[in-house]
Amino acid sequence: MSITESDKDVRITTPADVCGMGHRMKRKEDPRFIQGAGHYVDDIKLPGMLYLDIVRSPHAHAKILNIDASAALALPGVLAVITGQDLKAAGNLHMMPTLMSDTQMVLPIEKVVYYAQEVCAVVATSRYIAADAVELVKVDYEPLPAVVDPFQALKDEVIVREDKEKKSNHVWHWETGNKDATDEVFSRSSKVVKQKMHIPRIHVSSIETCGMVADWDKINEHMTIYMTSQAPHAHRTVVSLVSGIPEHKIRVISPDIGGGFGGKVPVYPGYVCTIVASLVTGKPVKWIEDRSENLQADSFARDYHIDAELAADANGKITGLRVKTLADDGAADAAANPSKFPAGLYSIGTGSYDMEAAHFEVDAAYTTKPPGGVAYRCSFRVTEAVHMIERMTDIMAHDLGQDPAEFRMKNFIKKEQFPYHSPTGWDYDSGDYHRALRLAMDLIGYEDLRKEQAEKRQRGELMGIGISSFTEIVGAGPSKDFDILGIKMFDSCEIRIHPTGSAIVRIGVQTQGQGHETTFAQIVAEELGLPASAITVEHGDTDTAPYGLGTYASRSTPTAGAAAAVAARKIRDKARKIAAYLLEANEEDLEWDVNKFMVKGSPTRAKTIQEIAFAAYTNFPQGMEAGMEAVNYYDPPNLTFPFGSYICVVDIDKGTGEVKVRRFVAVDDCGNIINPLIVEGQIHGGLTMGLAPALFEEIVYDENGQNLSGTFMDYLLPTSMETPKWELGKTVTPSPHHPIGAKGVGESPTVGAPPAIANAVVDALWHLGVRHLEIPITPPKIWKILRDNGIDED
Amino acid sequence: MIPGKFEYFAPSSVKEAIGLLDRYGEDAKILAGGQSLIPAMRFRLAQPEILVDINRIEGLDYIRELDDYLAIGAMTREASLEKSALISQRYPLLADTAKVIADPLVRNMATVGGNLAHADPANDHPATMLAYDATLVAEGPDGDTIIGIDDFFLGLFETSLAKDQILKEIRLPKPGPGSGGAYLKIERKVGDYAVVGVAIQLTVENGTVTAARIGLTNVAGAPMRAKNAEAALIGNAPTGDILEKAGQAAAAECEPWSDLRGSEEYKRDMVRIVTKRAIRKAVERVGA
Repeated sequence: MSITESDKDVRITTPADVCGMGHRMKRKEDPRFIQGAGHYVDDIKLPGMLYLDIVRSPHAHAKILNIDASAALALPGVLAVITGQDLKAAGNLHMMPTLMSDTQMVLPIEKVVYYAQEVCAVVATSRYIAADAVELVKVDYEPLPAVVDPFQALKDEVIVREDKEKKSNHVWHWETGNKDATDEVFSRSSKVVKQKMHIPRIHVSSIETCGMVADWDKINEHMTIYMTSQAPHAHRTVVSLVSGIPEHKIRVISPDIGGGFGGKVPVYPGYVCTIVASLVTGKPVKWIEDRSENLQADSFARDYHIDAELAADANGKITGLRVKTLADDGAADAAANPSKFPAGLYSIGTGSYDMEAAHFEVDAAYTTKPPGGVAYRCSFRVTEAVHMIERMTDIMAHDLGQDPAEFRMKNFIKKEQFPYHSPTGWDYDSGDYHRALRLAMDLIGYEDLRKEQAEKRQRGELMGIGISSFTEIVGAGPSKDFDILGIKMFDSCEIRIHPTGSAIVRIGVQTQGQGHETTFAQIVAEELGLPASAITVEHGDTDTAPYGLGTYASRSTPTAGAAAAVAARKIRDKARKIAAYLLEANEEDLEWDVNKFMVKGSPTRAKTIQEIAFAAYTNFPQGMEAGMEAVNYYDPPNLTFPFGSYICVVDIDKGTGEVKVRRFVAVDDCGNIINPLIVEGQIHGGLTMGLAPALFEEIVYDENGQNLSGTFMDYLLPTSMETPKWELGKTVTPSPHHPIGAKGVGESPTVGAPPAIANAVVDALWHLGVRHLEIPITPPKIWKILRDNGIDED
Repeated sequence: MIPGKFEYFAPSSVKEAIGLLDRYGEDAKILAGGQSLIPAMRFRLAQPEILVDINRIEGLDYIRELDDYLAIGAMTREASLEKSALISQRYPLLADTAKVIADPLVRNMATVGGNLAHADPANDHPATMLAYDATLVAEGPDGDTIIGIDDFFLGLFETSLAKDQILKEIRLPKPGPGSGGAYLKIERKVGDYAVVGVAIQLTVENGTVTAARIGLTNVAGAPMRAKNAEAALIGNAPTGDILEKAGQAAAAECEPWSDLRGSEEYKRDMVRIVTKRAIRKAVERVGA
């Protein structure tokens, strides 16, 4: 823990032995992870299990002339080679729906449309034989021209999706906000800044790659699927719809997951091939992709080309925002956004600033690149939105000659304006942006740093200070607007209290490292006074967990977390009835105190939750149902809007152009905190994942659509050595509509960090005429600016 | 990430290993620490039919300072160099190098001999050993051969070792009075191959550089010395002007190419910058 962290605002109402909300409880899941006893998909070994491996395309765009699998099939141990033709014959399984009402090839018949695309699947008795057989499948291709740039793609000279009725690479157009009002505001605003920017294609790179074991029981016509899934129930429904297997005959188990970050929400061709292979062979089949397959073919993230304009009046008050964006979808729109939001929640892009009008237009284009884009720890495209508005704000402040902190303070939505209705239609639930930025400035010593910067600039040294004051939008979402494939985005929790006062809590969301086994126990402990240590949290098995849409977009706490609190309160209502019976008192004469009901004014007449639980099975009133359990499917009335202010200090090496992040202060506000330890862990990880695209990560293609960064040698995941010491601070502004006042937090740091770093680098170079640098800001980019300006090391 | 089929041998003596190399010729590949070979096999970029694992041969893992030279066994792990007090006190150029090769886990396995014999200009030891003017000892069917480092690297992945020779020992001259050295590497992230790397070993007497050898990493098709930069230094006091001249000479004589690590122009300029910095550091160490 760094020195700036403080729990003084964290609300704690339970003693340490109960360990409800606000306690720094160590994670219940850690003993098994630390001791190497986690159980992942690749740990599953079933008798007679076969292995699947995939033949992939060496071309980004090519006709398939012939597939000759004879040599592979001749290899002892090879049982089958599945092609697109086979899938088509099996009931048009060669194509599948994406979560965005687009379609995507499972295996191709006519042509491939991206490098490393799945061409056919080999099934063998061992992983090694399967890998050898992949090499023996001979595929004849006729290369076609690739189209890598989405602007080029819109010229429709090369059509990516000839299978579609519309012979165009234009996928969709989407608008939000008020165009006329925005144009009017721009026409009367004295200051307008414009900037084009690209949020590059990156990859989630979870440490565990994707994989599945499909186990078809042909006697009982039942399919058990172990898969790396962030959304097991949604995947069960998709599998049922695509395969025709009745949903009650499908059980999806998502065991321990080694990171998801949005990459384990889509359905990948490998999953479908594995299910088909098990159906065909009647044996369990395992498929685990390797690192390069994961990097090269699984859904990418980001890849937005943004053209933004920000307007302000003569006093430097922001008046309006106008944004045009081209989304590079790759070969299919395989994002996992809520149905009504093809560009996700990108329209949160007015950010933390009060303005009169805004208008967003987004178009999407097909290119010969892997499909996507998933919401990589970004709450549905909020990363793109925040980068845009925080860069624009900084450019405006610098252009006006105003301090970027002062400029933000002047333009923030004020505390008393909440709930705030934004120009793009969102209702921000709560916030105190001035306080968060002021705290960040105090923690880092902002004014002194500005003095230091001025002195250094006199000496020709390059130092920059960057700010990002972001607003997040998480917790999708209210059923009136939010669904995926028609399924509303509620989430669920089921609680059962055992006679001896311990409990099992089952949730519809699925942890991939977030610590649900701990935090959900703490929520229930908070509400019922049972010790968190006596509460088991289960998830990830569709046969036992209640239906839910899964974990992504920082939605677990806002949705299932609320469900846990509401379900616990239902149990407390029943407990009150039983307590009244046991105490021979009126229900209304009882009051709740941490873990017991007592008679008002007579604290010795009390029954603890444990005593009440025992009575629920042994001594309950006549006419009452036995037992103590409750379930809640929570439909949130609104989203939650976490926020924060980050400040970054960088020093630039004039010789090499290298950026050193000297300091980084992150003040986050995620409403009431369930477990500060877990929140800080999430923020540390998220900040590192924000540092990554700012300075390191990018998926690079050459003009032929070949992926040049398909291994961790060239896809530059930062290590601890590249990561600065994160200094954290917090404010607590509870959500007014959430049952426990909490908001999501997992994605705030990923969303907030990149512009703080980019702004710091631009701030260091602004006096050289630099207004913007595209991320990742690599040393060669800075080196060129330095040398062009005649700057060399002393 | 599953390698192709291969036959595996684990000889227990150099003689036995040479016999296997002799028997299988071009089909055989020596496995030392596996830093380069194992990834290449897992990507199926290398598919040797025969793997001769020399990790079980005893007596190839040592660091000994003798009367005339420092002797390093070819199977000495990078981690051993990193931890050696002798190396860190008396051979700072080598200590610098060992610390920036790959990452700590790889360094537990990676060997000095493997790093050299792979003859990858992106590896760090070739430049360092060129700067040290190292001497190599190889054993073949006809006994030991001594090879000067300047005669060792023939091209990309090519050395003067015969197919049935095994690199056994690396010998470095003992540091004389007034000597100093340094290795500096720019990398995109820890564990990366160098964008550029510069190794320098020099001697300064009465304020004048009397001897200097400079090796460059990953800026040519084969490990290379920056001889013009050396010439710019020798006979001069290491002042700012001279360092700049040496840096410019190195930038001019290297042969980098544009890739994800940067443009040719950028890399040349980084050679200039890093050469200057490495010389400065080496000179500082002379004083220390």
